[in-house]
Amino acid sequence: MTTAGNESGDKRTTGGGLRTGEQVRWGERVIETIIKLAGVSVIVIVTLIFLFLLKEGLPTFLDIPLRQLFGRRWYPIEGMFGLVPLLVGSLLVTVGAVIIAVPLGLITAIYLGEIAPPWLREILKPIIEMLAGIPSIVLGFLGWVALAPLIQRMGAPTGLTAFTGSLILAYMALPTIISISEDALYAVPKEYRDGALAIGATQWQTIWRVVLPAARTGIVIAVMLGVARAIGETMAVMMVTGNAANIPKLGPGMFFSPVRTMTATIAAEMGEVAQGSLHYSTLFGIGIVLFLVTFAINSLAARLVGTGGARRTRRGQL
Amino acid sequence: MTRQQTHKLAVAVITIVAAIVVIPIILVIGVVFWNGLPALSWEFLTQPPTNGMREGGIMPAILGTVLLTFGTAIASFPLSIAAAIYLAEYAGDTRLTRWVRMAIVNLAGIPSIVYGLFGLGMFVLFFGFGTSIVAGALTLGILTMPVVISTAEEAILSVPQEFRTVSLSLGATKWQTIRHQVLPNAMPGIITGIILGLGRAAGETAPILFTVAAFYLPELPKSIFDQTMALPYHLYVISTQVPGMPLEIQYSTALVLLLIVLSLTLVATLVRTRMRRRREW
Repeated sequence: MTTAGNESGDKRTTGGGLRTGEQVRWGERVIETIIKLAGVSVIVIVTLIFLFLLKEGLPTFLDIPLRQLFGRRWYPIEGMFGLVPLLVGSLLVTVGAVIIAVPLGLITAIYLGEIAPPWLREILKPIIEMLAGIPSIVLGFLGWVALAPLIQRMGAPTGLTAFTGSLILAYMALPTIISISEDALYAVPKEYRDGALAIGATQWQTIWRVVLPAARTGIVIAVMLGVARAIGETMAVMMVTGNAANIPKLGPGMFFSPVRTMTATIAAEMGEVAQGSLHYSTLFGIGIVLFLVTFAINSLAARLVGTGGARRTRRGQL
Repeated sequence: MTRQQTHKLAVAVITIVAAIVVIPIILVIGVVFWNGLPALSWEFLTQPPTNGMREGGIMPAILGTVLLTFGTAIASFPLSIAAAIYLAEYAGDTRLTRWVRMAIVNLAGIPSIVYGLFGLGMFVLFFGFGTSIVAGALTLGILTMPVVISTAEEAILSVPQEFRTVSLSLGATKWQTIRHQVLPNAMPGIITGIILGLGRAAGETAPILFTVAAFYLPELPKSIFDQTMALPYHLYVISTQVPGMPLEIQYSTALVLLLIVLSLTLVATLVRTRMRRRREW
């Protein structure tokens, strides 16, 4: 660090010493209180978010009989608020995204960490980080104008399917999954690798039998955060999944039928509902479900990180 | 198959998979540039849309996004940076601190559409701001808090402990030390966090759907309590809600949004790299 910065800093602190100790201590206490309040504000904000969702959305769970909420029909105009098609839609799209993204992400992390030459790694990592920066609406737009027609040409009755959504979501989740998997692999002690190689294992055997099992917890965390990311994504999914609130028949074909997710339902219908109507509060009710699901997943993942699965040692490295 | 052959096969498969991940990213950006550049012109950037948005430019949407991004900065940063200072300098390993950290993790994981619902419930309705720039900026401000707090905390922690020790030993108080020694040295990292947060805010659509975004509003907002057009929502509108929309205009709009967001990310990366290079303590 330059010495200039230190000198000017010293001068200023000497200046501060001219004040009486009493004044300094008093001012200090005020500032420390403000800073502490700012820290606590984060808890307040999360609580406020939940309270406001409850405030607007509670009538859903009070006024609509549970049997109807678990119904198979979402026809708000006729007063039918069955959430099952939306839950199934979100589930299908998310499961599809995870099936695609986790193997791709994990293998890419292995490539970056164990196989790629350093120069290539330096090029690839910023490209993957760039993916995280692309707005979801831009990916949704490309899905809508380019990917969906492509999928239709490949034989599906429509290009707007759960699979189209999964594919886009998978790429949106990839930067997170890759970065956490990389951290997990990085946290595996070098001695493990050296030991395996020393007894004659090939590099692949070392990765498969030693590194991957040791990074297990980190990989689980990557999957969980991938799920949380995918289930909450809105715009891209709304544009490419067809938005049909029906329950596809069980089987591999279900990924290639149009679905409607919880997030897309909120985004598409909130503009048209009357404030305070049952439809309006049901949309907030869906928000409550989304909040609780992501809250549970993220809390669990955070706890796993805390128990030392993927030690994110960035702090020490910087 | 011998072990060596298995190894070679595995490496080949892994390399192909990595290519499957990276090539579409380059393709996506390439396609947007390729199709968006031809219709991009000075008029497109500076004129309001005409003829039901099928002609003319996207100036009100660009301006709206710029305004919202500034508003987000004002709404988010004082609180976020104070929270980062708390976590890095004051928080011990207490139950409260763990709760704050848990809250940040969860805040980062809340789906963007849920932020939209919250903004609608709290800022638009409860505070009575209406669908307005204030409501949108506050919503986006809260959405950016986790990114800014984490990056700023990391930057503050990376200032060497010796700086604090020396300052304290010269008689400076804890806050004086933070104010004059720690924060100036952590500033590049904090700025990186701010810009990353803004990049995220500028590209978000779902949180502004019900809090600020106007479908079509050729005149510019006159106060912060007005609605405004915004680029991400405009792209959604012209690609799905307007029949007969020329494809070039859609691609050019996507390109402008991508350029704004990626250039913010790029600036953040550059600041961070410069900071790392300069750091020789």
